[in-house]
Amino acid sequence: MMAISWFPVEAGHIFQFARAIGDPNPVYRDPHAAATGSTGGIIAPPTFVEAGQHFDPDFLYRPEPGRAWFGSAAEPSGAPPPVAAGRTALHAETHLRFHRNLRPGDVLHTRETQGDSWTKTGRRGGLLTFHEVLREYLDADDKVVVEMRVVSVTTEHVVDAE
Amino acid sequence: MTPAQRPGVLIPGSEYGAVVIENLSRAQIVQYAGVSGDCSPQHVDEEYARRVGGYPTVFAHGMLTMAAAGHLVTDLVGDGKVVTFGMRFLRQVWPGDSLTAQARVEEPDGDRPEAEFVRLTLAVINQHGQLVASGYATALVDGVVGEVPGRH
Repeated sequence: MMAISWFPVEAGHIFQFARAIGDPNPVYRDPHAAATGSTGGIIAPPTFVEAGQHFDPDFLYRPEPGRAWFGSAAEPSGAPPPVAAGRTALHAETHLRFHRNLRPGDVLHTRETQGDSWTKTGRRGGLLTFHEVLREYLDADDKVVVEMRVVSVTTEHVVDAE
Repeated sequence: MTPAQRPGVLIPGSEYGAVVIENLSRAQIVQYAGVSGDCSPQHVDEEYARRVGGYPTVFAHGMLTMAAAGHLVTDLVGDGKVVTFGMRFLRQVWPGDSLTAQARVEEPDGDRPEAEFVRLTLAVINQHGQLVASGYATALVDGVVGEVPGRH
């Protein structure tokens, strides 16, 4: 279960995030332009909360000192992947609800609950197992800023290009 | 695409589209992995994606597709106005893909008058005309989210 106790929202991180998603909007990178617009300053793009993964100590999808990495080094795989061999975990849906905009200086934490799980048979991936997680991002006053619902799917077979 | 930041410009039934990713580079996938924190090998590790994952190559994070669709949304509705935003990821996005985001302005529903609230349905299409993601967004017309009393 993902739990973040400290997710500082920083202007430099927002700038880099906006660059990576290909959005040149000055409201994400230019404090002077942003100050004169409707937001009165820099805000984060809508999907920026995803970058909170950096601050989840248990997040498995990055190399960490002292932990075997399942991606390749000299050989294709150094350790078993978190999902059983022959299956694959994919991101199926994300739903966001915003109570206010994220701004540099915010310090967030999360509260997470498991949602529903269900299965269905897919055309391309065989038996599909869906799993839902509900995550709230709260500010330093413990007010909910963003609600996020994520559905992931574990497929029986690899799903690739048709 | 016509950025529309003035109230009343987004009329129900109107449609907008923009190329939000052109010839997706492996570097952009890595850039997104670095900034989002998700370095999953299926996105950044060709050896792993092919030989362990069984994929033809690496593929982009679904959230990069969603972020690219969000670029169209915020260009249309204005900054800081998005109230809800959701996407389903239907097909992988591969290096070299070009994505077009499309938005259709829907009739308002519930108790939100059209003058105050915008509702969009979203689609992201690749260069083969395939739907890679679908979704929705709602946004305020006036003010920014959380900073106008009674608007959230």
